[in-house]
Amino acid sequence: MQAKKIATMGLLVALAMVLSWVEQLVPLSVTVPGVKLGLANLAVIFTLCRIGTRAAWGLSLLRVVLVSLTFGNAYSLWYSLAGALLSLVVMTLLRRTGRFSLLGISVAGAVCHNLGQIVVAAAVLGSASMVYYLPVLLVSGTAAGVCIGAVAAILVRRVRL
Amino acid sequence: MRKRTLDIILIAGVLLAAALLWLWLRPVEAGGSVLVIQDGQEIARYALHEDRTVTIGEADYNVLEIQNGQAAVTDANCGDHTCVRTGAVSRAGESIICLPHRLEIRIIGGADSSVDIVAQ
Ligand SMILES: [Zn+2]
Repeated sequence: MQAKKIATMGLLVALAMVLSWVEQLVPLSVTVPGVKLGLANLAVIFTLCRIGTRAAWGLSLLRVVLVSLTFGNAYSLWYSLAGALLSLVVMTLLRRTGRFSLLGISVAGAVCHNLGQIVVAAAVLGSASMVYYLPVLLVSGTAAGVCIGAVAAILVRRVRL
Repeated sequence: MRKRTLDIILIAGVLLAAALLWLWLRPVEAGGSVLVIQDGQEIARYALHEDRTVTIGEADYNVLEIQNGQAAVTDANCGDHTCVRTGAVSRAGESIICLPHRLEIRIIGGADSSVDIVAQ
């Protein structure tokens, strides 16, 4: 059982890496720092719902570190880490309440990912100008969260481990 | 059914917050000066109504073009080129951000710019 769980987690981490890579290959016409689909959140939400909270945290944080080492720079690690942590905290709490479906959890996760990144970006830039991007990031986060949540709901229901 | 309702309330709440923030932060005042800020420090300031093209930085560069009262980053060697895709900005409060270079091009109102240049 233990070996199977480790194998499953390895597979999910690899999947999250591939999703991050695919996302970088297809740049949406982004004019605002931080706008993105968050494909890798599919793997995180799936893990959160099907395996457990601790596994989801491990997967998400490991992915952030690996992706930053592979595709990013020193600064991108901190943006992503802040976004991932805030997103994990909020998604975990919403799931604990038992009152939100995957869609709500996914939207909150995507929006919080953007919020966490904005806070670190503002600190790095030493500037509050990032707040002007908040409306765009809230809307784009909601749209991305709805898409990812809808797909995640299907995966959680259909995929057998 | 109840879960769906809460989801919708959550989504509506986020979108409402976005709309209110947008109304509140919307830049309306015409800009007067272009501030170049790197690592939180102002490194240059230009008048928005004087056309010019400057290259900021050497190894990590961003080309800032000020033309017809608008500022834009037209070229850069940052990885993501988000700064270039942002396009032109012209109103006070608007900014172009290049996160990989920790650079911000910010437009500010016109009144105080000439005074500041004299003071420096
Ligand atoms: Zn840039």
